[in-house]
Amino acid sequence: MDLLNNLSLGFGVAFTLTNLLYAFGGAVLGTLIGVLPGLGPVATIAMLLPSIYALDATPALIMLAGIYYGSQYGGSTTAILINVPGESASVVTAIDGYQMARKGRAGAALAAAGLGSFFAGCVGTIVIAAFAPPLTEVAFKFGPAEYFSLMVLGLIGAVVLASGSLIKAICMILLGLLLGQINTDVISGVPRFSMDIPELTDGIGFVAIAMGVFGFGEIIANLSRPAETREVFTKHVSGLWPTKQDFKDAAPAVLRGTALGSVLGILPGGGALLSSFAAYTLEKKTRGRRGEVPFGQGNIRGVAGPEAANNAGAQTSFIPMLTLGIPPNAVMALMVGAMTIKGIQPGPQVMTSNPELFWGLIASMWVGNAMLVILNLPLIGIWIKLLTVPYRFLFPAIVTFCCIGSYTLNNNNFDVFMTAIFAVIGYLFYKLGCEPAPLLLGFILGPMMEENLRRALLLSRGDWTTFGTRPLSASLLAAAALMVIVVMLPSIKAKREVAFQEED
Amino acid sequence: MKIKSQKNFWSGLMFLVVGLGFAWGATEYSFGSSARPGPAYFPFGLGLLLAIMGALVWFASITVETEDGDRIGSIAWRPLIIITSSVVMFGVTLPRLGMIISLPLLICVAALAGDEFHWKDALLNAVILTVGSWLIFIKGLSLVIPLWPTFITG
Repeated sequence: MDLLNNLSLGFGVAFTLTNLLYAFGGAVLGTLIGVLPGLGPVATIAMLLPSIYALDATPALIMLAGIYYGSQYGGSTTAILINVPGESASVVTAIDGYQMARKGRAGAALAAAGLGSFFAGCVGTIVIAAFAPPLTEVAFKFGPAEYFSLMVLGLIGAVVLASGSLIKAICMILLGLLLGQINTDVISGVPRFSMDIPELTDGIGFVAIAMGVFGFGEIIANLSRPAETREVFTKHVSGLWPTKQDFKDAAPAVLRGTALGSVLGILPGGGALLSSFAAYTLEKKTRGRRGEVPFGQGNIRGVAGPEAANNAGAQTSFIPMLTLGIPPNAVMALMVGAMTIKGIQPGPQVMTSNPELFWGLIASMWVGNAMLVILNLPLIGIWIKLLTVPYRFLFPAIVTFCCIGSYTLNNNNFDVFMTAIFAVIGYLFYKLGCEPAPLLLGFILGPMMEENLRRALLLSRGDWTTFGTRPLSASLLAAAALMVIVVMLPSIKAKREVAFQEED
Repeated sequence: MKIKSQKNFWSGLMFLVVGLGFAWGATEYSFGSSARPGPAYFPFGLGLLLAIMGALVWFASITVETEDGDRIGSIAWRPLIIITSSVVMFGVTLPRLGMIISLPLLICVAALAGDEFHWKDALLNAVILTVGSWLIFIKGLSLVIPLWPTFITG
């Protein structure tokens, strides 16, 4: 009955007034940025990181987590109503959701998405609570060699499952790892690659990279595209409640989506995006009842399944971050950064050293999900209004928050200049078709990887075979190699390319 | 030689050059041995690995056919230059002129990057965002941001 004890401790923390307020704030903000196209959770969390200096660790993390899963709800709203996925994970929701809206069934689509997400969020929370402690036990058995191999697996997995060109994505990881080498060497105390700039001896702030590339780089890319004409189905959002038949169709899809999302979220590189794509494919393959609306023309299962999956995936992707300290995607990389800012070393010891934070965060996810259903379904009208805000008002606001955020990071304008440099680099990546998320993951993991590599070599007296002879480490590396090989197989390669083309 | 994928041609070259640059830069530090890896050990290896992978991307770009040549397309100089220079300007002006001047300046200049620009909108935006930032960051979160110019505060 440990689980119940832990959860009750968590709910005790989550139900304090402050934490409820921050969960609510995070959920609102998350919905907001989910609704607004062109602003994702990565840029938002990066913008907010400096402000968490003023907060305690628990409310800060509760708020940031709220932003992540809140954005999943908000993203589906725009996908359904204007065919513009506010967030990359809701790309597939747009396919059938928008068609439902065109047929005047926007209400049913929104309800299916919202209730499906809520159900998935509840299950995701329980999965975290149940699986985190045993995984933590395993993590304590890890030595430096295992940690190094695990990070290799995590980084490889992140790109194998979640990006277009594999080799370019690996290059981006390496680039991120190298950028992480601009610092003072922890072991010898030698400043590296600092080019005699004193600020660089502490390393590049990862917030500067995240804001520059994901915030400014995106803005420049957005502004270079012609303004899109939007067709908003606001008038049609009446009759929010789905019919009985809708429930019957959607419920199994939600169950399947939740199961799939929970599993995929735990995998390195998993999380919301991958889960929603996989769930849509699964729904398409599953035979529905006779005479249902075909996929692509407004099938409710095409909304309910992926929406449940992306929310479940968003929840369970916290597991590797909380138990091993290894972020499976860019948002979790920022969460690791947030914990470091608050002086908490992410890893298996968090659960024992900060049980309030650990279980409070988990419980708050359930609370946040409940708030989101209320926020999204009855209040849908407010969010729709927001869609009419033109981008010319929006992007100066993003610029403002990024600038202030980067300054307050160290109360130094050096970070502002770094952010500007990374804005140019971010646009360059966009133009060259290089995805920036793997770079951020590599950058976060770089110093950890180096330390573990060097410690492992020190322990083995310079013998590289240590990574292959320790069984746990060997199997982790083998899994990484297997992933690359499987993806390289011609038949899978072709399918994979098709899947990523659908995404564009 | 014909470039078959413009994007990969240049990104491959970028990875190659950056990788070599890091590997070369690492030679300044002590390499150590496998048993006692020095500060250059990890970055040197990574740099070489990136250079090799970059060379592969580059090589593929001149040998593997693509449908449309993966063109890079035109560069959006206007937003690129305006946004980055407005950020740099903010970095320069904030410590001297304070938020009260540098923030409206940033917002108005950044707004020039859009397709449509109206002075009224930009000014309205500047007022709302400056007041909002003051309320959120200085009043609410009590972050240390210079508000007034140094010639006023002394």
